[in-house]
Amino acid sequence: MRVIPIQASVTSFVSAGSGCDEVSGEVPKLDLPLARRQFLKGSGILMGTIATGSVLAALAPSPVWAVELKTLSKAEGQTLMKMGRVLFPHKKLADAVYALLAKDLDAKASGDPAAASMLRDGIAALNAAAGGSFAKASDKKKLEIVSAMEGQPFFATVRGQCVTSLYDNDMAYATFGYPGSAWEKGGYITRGFQDLKWLPAPSAAASPKPYFG
Amino acid sequence: MATFDQGDDSVVVIIGSGAGGGTLANELAQKGIKVVVLEAGAVQSNASFVNDEWKSFSQLAWLDPRTTSGTWRVAKDFSGLPAWICKTVGGTTTHWAGASLRLQEHEFRTKSFYGEISGANLMDWPLTLAELEPYYARAEDKMGVTRTNGIPGLPGNNNFKVLYAGATKLGYKEVHTGNMAINSQPRDDRGRCMQLGFCFQGCKSGAKWSTLYTELPKAEKTGNMDLRPESHVSRIEHDAAGKVTGVVYFDKAGQEQRQKARIVCVAGNSIETPRLLLLSASNLFKDGLANSSGQVGRNYMRHMTGSVYGVFKNPVHMYKGTTMAGIVRDEARHDTKRGFAGGYELETLSLGIPFMAAFLNPGGWGAEFAWYMDNYTHMAGMWIVGEDMPRETNRVTLNANVKDKWGNAAPNVHFDDHANDIAMREHAFTQGERIYQAAGSIKAFRTPPYPSTHNLGTCRMGASAASSVCNAYGQTHDIKNLFISDGSQFTTGGAENPTLTIVTLAIRQAEYIAGQMSARAI
Repeated sequence: MRVIPIQASVTSFVSAGSGCDEVSGEVPKLDLPLARRQFLKGSGILMGTIATGSVLAALAPSPVWAVELKTLSKAEGQTLMKMGRVLFPHKKLADAVYALLAKDLDAKASGDPAAASMLRDGIAALNAAAGGSFAKASDKKKLEIVSAMEGQPFFATVRGQCVTSLYDNDMAYATFGYPGSAWEKGGYITRGFQDLKWLPAPSAAASPKPYFG
Repeated sequence: MATFDQGDDSVVVIIGSGAGGGTLANELAQKGIKVVVLEAGAVQSNASFVNDEWKSFSQLAWLDPRTTSGTWRVAKDFSGLPAWICKTVGGTTTHWAGASLRLQEHEFRTKSFYGEISGANLMDWPLTLAELEPYYARAEDKMGVTRTNGIPGLPGNNNFKVLYAGATKLGYKEVHTGNMAINSQPRDDRGRCMQLGFCFQGCKSGAKWSTLYTELPKAEKTGNMDLRPESHVSRIEHDAAGKVTGVVYFDKAGQEQRQKARIVCVAGNSIETPRLLLLSASNLFKDGLANSSGQVGRNYMRHMTGSVYGVFKNPVHMYKGTTMAGIVRDEARHDTKRGFAGGYELETLSLGIPFMAAFLNPGGWGAEFAWYMDNYTHMAGMWIVGEDMPRETNRVTLNANVKDKWGNAAPNVHFDDHANDIAMREHAFTQGERIYQAAGSIKAFRTPPYPSTHNLGTCRMGASAASSVCNAYGQTHDIKNLFISDGSQFTTGGAENPTLTIVTLAIRQAEYIAGQMSARAI
């Protein structure tokens, strides 16, 4: 499990009141004089907000998240996020988690030119199949396009990356209700390992009482 | 800890420190025999284990290059990871779930009992259950197996409650929290289970038996064991007379070392053990050591496996507590009316969110997959483990095209399911689904086999040197001072989780080796 890579140095410059007037409607345009300088070293930034009522609000240092890309452009990153949502469509899983997918694929691209061109070609193919913009295509169309790519290396790379990027982080744990490490909390021996009450209890012979000294 | 000279040819060298090697080391050391244990992996501890699936996987799993072939689904889903076993002091006893079941009487004589099965290389063990019973008893006592030696069963968690409710409703009779080498109460200086839910990740509380913190420290105390972690054995050497004389290994620094030995015992799990015998081929033994039968690497078994995950209207939280929290044993019998030979066990299993994503349906995606993940807290899980058919063509070979970091050929694991395995899996999937339906599931998923955790049979024991690698004591037919000390010895797999039997055979082997040494027969 990893903790959300939202750096305080970045998020502290982000004001929650920023608008969402960019084309996609989900990336806030920010006025960040200092952060921008830092960001400009990268190739793109993915940003978004975490709904205040969400289970994630408590985890995030700020309701606004930002993920910096080193090689792929913002538009490419957004396309990968959309593809991630087609592959693993979780209504409750925040965009910030899908941004981790873009970030991890970007990291792959940054270390390996062949991977970078494979990803770029795949993204271009998604857009071409959508007649311009995969991100703007309907959900039905997106699913058709992605389904048609199954078996291709690009599909396998993105799908494979999803497995760890989407599901091995604290936001996913919170969303799916998995508490993760139990050791420091003393395990579940006194924390509900037998708290299921909607089925009849097993016999004492089948399941003896726990030992408490 | 003792340190023995590399030139000391009076020592017994044991390769591997898991269920077989770790137990054998302690048993021999207790008898005053000097042992050098060469373990490829590094030392971890209860303190260094982590309750984090991927982090723990990189800490414990054997990740040296391996390849796969054959029609088994693992070759497609995990082509470079045929097995989920460990490279660490304590071997796979760090990762195992703790289920400790004796093989059934008829499972030692499948050829006589099942009869000829086409495409299966069945053979009777050169051993009977009766002969093994006293050793099973010692193993159960050593490991603190629940429901033996007056040790109470473990308390069942939520995942078990679901299994129990469904299975008893279906009419299954033998349903309980299992025979587990996990302390239900303090024993042997280890505490009782805290229901952490991370049995696979190395038990942080130490309630689960592992050679890492039982056999090995006990062996160390005798002053007769020299344990060398991060020592990867690459070759077993022999003299002109065909007796083994020692081993070559790479130490932590990557330096080649040589340890002399009076006896060499190989316990590297059923992929590395035959690989090492094959890598040790010489002018005298052109097909590898102890391979005059041609059976080294063959008859690779991995148990017929699969899992069923049921989703319920109400929450389960299966991750709370013991991973393998209970068992249904009724299907373990041999009853060909079901359409297959042999039997299977149903045992609860749970994965965390990270591993559920990786293993629920490898290669899977889309709305259905997402639905199962969305319903994680309402899910119950079980694992199917049954007897698979030994086949000569299911085998571990050397892949000359892929090398490990020391330049040695990687093992290739070839496996094709036998028709009997497929029929049994189908039956087990159906029964698993019926159990969850009886408990009120909305939907259930048939999860294909994970990378193999029960690797068996690649140096099988048998009565005849022409058709087997070793005798009933694990002593190779060809080389008297070379022993097989792990699950590779299994003639056939049985339906039961193999660790208890591996430990049992190691206890018996230690007695034999000590006897042979004092009789100067070796």
